[in-house]
Amino acid sequence: MSSVPHVREPSAGRLGGFRAQVTDREPLVRRTDQRVIAGVCDGVARHLGVSAFAVRVVFVILAPLGATGVLAYAGLWAFVPAQRPDRPRPRGSWDRARSESVALLVLAVGLMLLLGQLDLIGGNAVIVPFLVAGAGVTLIWRRMDETRRPTGRHGWLQLAAGLALVLGGLALFLLFSGQLAPARQALLSIVVVVVGLGVVSAPWWWRLVVELGAERRERIHTQERAEVAAHLHDSVLQTLALIQRHVDSPREVARLARGQERELRNWLYGRGPDPDRLFAAAIQDTVAEVEDSYAVAVEAVVVGDCPVGAAEAALVRAAREALINAARHAGVEDMSLYAEVEPTAVTVFVRDRGTGFDRAGVPADRQGIRGSIEGRMHRYGGTAAIRSSPGAGTEVELALVREPG
Amino acid sequence: MSPEAAQPESIRVYLVDDHAMVRSGVRAELGTAVDVVGEADAVGSAVAGILATAPDVVLLDVHMPDGGGRAVLERVRPQLPAVRFLALSVSDAAEDVIGVIRAGARGYVTKTISGPELLDAVRRVADGDAVFSPRLAGFVLDAFTDPAGLPADESDLDRLTAREREVLRLLARGYAYKEIAGRLFISVKTVETHVSSVLRKLQLSSRHELTRWASDRRIV
Repeated sequence: MSSVPHVREPSAGRLGGFRAQVTDREPLVRRTDQRVIAGVCDGVARHLGVSAFAVRVVFVILAPLGATGVLAYAGLWAFVPAQRPDRPRPRGSWDRARSESVALLVLAVGLMLLLGQLDLIGGNAVIVPFLVAGAGVTLIWRRMDETRRPTGRHGWLQLAAGLALVLGGLALFLLFSGQLAPARQALLSIVVVVVGLGVVSAPWWWRLVVELGAERRERIHTQERAEVAAHLHDSVLQTLALIQRHVDSPREVARLARGQERELRNWLYGRGPDPDRLFAAAIQDTVAEVEDSYAVAVEAVVVGDCPVGAAEAALVRAAREALINAARHAGVEDMSLYAEVEPTAVTVFVRDRGTGFDRAGVPADRQGIRGSIEGRMHRYGGTAAIRSSPGAGTEVELALVREPG
Repeated sequence: MSPEAAQPESIRVYLVDDHAMVRSGVRAELGTAVDVVGEADAVGSAVAGILATAPDVVLLDVHMPDGGGRAVLERVRPQLPAVRFLALSVSDAAEDVIGVIRAGARGYVTKTISGPELLDAVRRVADGDAVFSPRLAGFVLDAFTDPAGLPADESDLDRLTAREREVLRLLARGYAYKEIAGRLFISVKTVETHVSSVLRKLQLSSRHELTRWASDRRIV
């Protein structure tokens, strides 16, 4: 570690970033995705603006000195909040820094064992049990960092292993210090007392667990309620207010109610964007638009679906024109649209039971049918047929040949 | 069951809906053309009322607490198989609609149906025919649409005939039975036969697409 800091690139400098970051410090948090043990060193390093490696070295040096480093680490672990990553770290991203850290960890353990051999701080009779129990505690704490309660077999296994290590460490300590036999007596009485207390307080514990569950359910329920209330307020209540203001205009009231109904259905039954429902969605959008603009009700039935190419888009526009014609001229407020996508064809029928018309009586300069419907369909190799007679309503049939596949 | 359907005015109707406003609205639309013998606002009281009055037709709401219209069907039909059910709903989830049809309802119409149309549907169901709204027709067409590689050994229950498909298409286009008969040059009775046959397939078919279709798509 006799490198010369100022020779390195500033970004790579282990201590080079110190001055630059000292003014606005990162918050002291433990990033669980950056951890080797608990992320304490990484957090401290980021907070102080120094390299994590340097911090780790300091902890390793402090570790054997009366366990100062270990206790400091445990304290920081307990008090520094954990910060979970937004997205989980990809597996297998074991980089060089982490390898270094593991090496340092092994070094720290070795140092402590060495010092134990030298009998400086109680000898290995203290150090070894301490390390074993420490490993157990570390396992359990790490687990608790990730989830508040153990989940899955893996989680429970880790917890059990941690517990076994802690108990093993305690047993080793008693064994080494020759206190195992007397401790057995004490242990027995402790076990008896703990079991007794447990039995006596069992109903209380049970109730606590049940109440926690109930409280959690209640909280979720309340959140859902709040969300529903917010949505209803923004949509339904607003519409009802608008409807009250438009009581004189039945058409406007019907328009508002229909638009709101559609919106509410979408919300309740989730008609989100779906790449597999493109043509059907385009038709439904068009129907909604015509219903809103012309205050009519369209009974739309769509069977099957396909992606929308240029031809299908033209078909949707022609269908829109047919709907608008019916809304304008048929003199009725209800019409129906039926669209069917088959492997080799797409067909749309727009039908009303309104006044109907005689094709011969339509002036030649009227572009609606000829240009917007027939011309459009012909351009894409489709057909448009219009059946209408005065008094019997109108049906427009639009058909498009599809490329199979 | 009912003595004779010669007098359609005498159809005895029972209303089941948990909303009083809907019940009174339907009552008003049916007017005096039928005899409303009772109404109920919950599954339990509906089952008791239908068993007590033995009506010709039950107008049944799909969505109700305690199991909805389906629960009523399942509890009444074993005891009174002659009672006919017509589902009346705001047409929500396909799985609910397919649920009541497969539980034995003879038709399905939406609550936005006009008074004369509703009356017509009630009469049709009382006569033992099936009633499909355009939406239900579209739904059946969609559910029975055959994917390219169809196994040849599927039973007749699992596929629609070309004629049935044609009738359903016209229904989905908003045609009345009489208009369909005129277009296809068949009698109204034949149209009714086709629709009843489709209903039977819908109720008895075991093809799994029906369930899958209903659960991953909703009628809106």
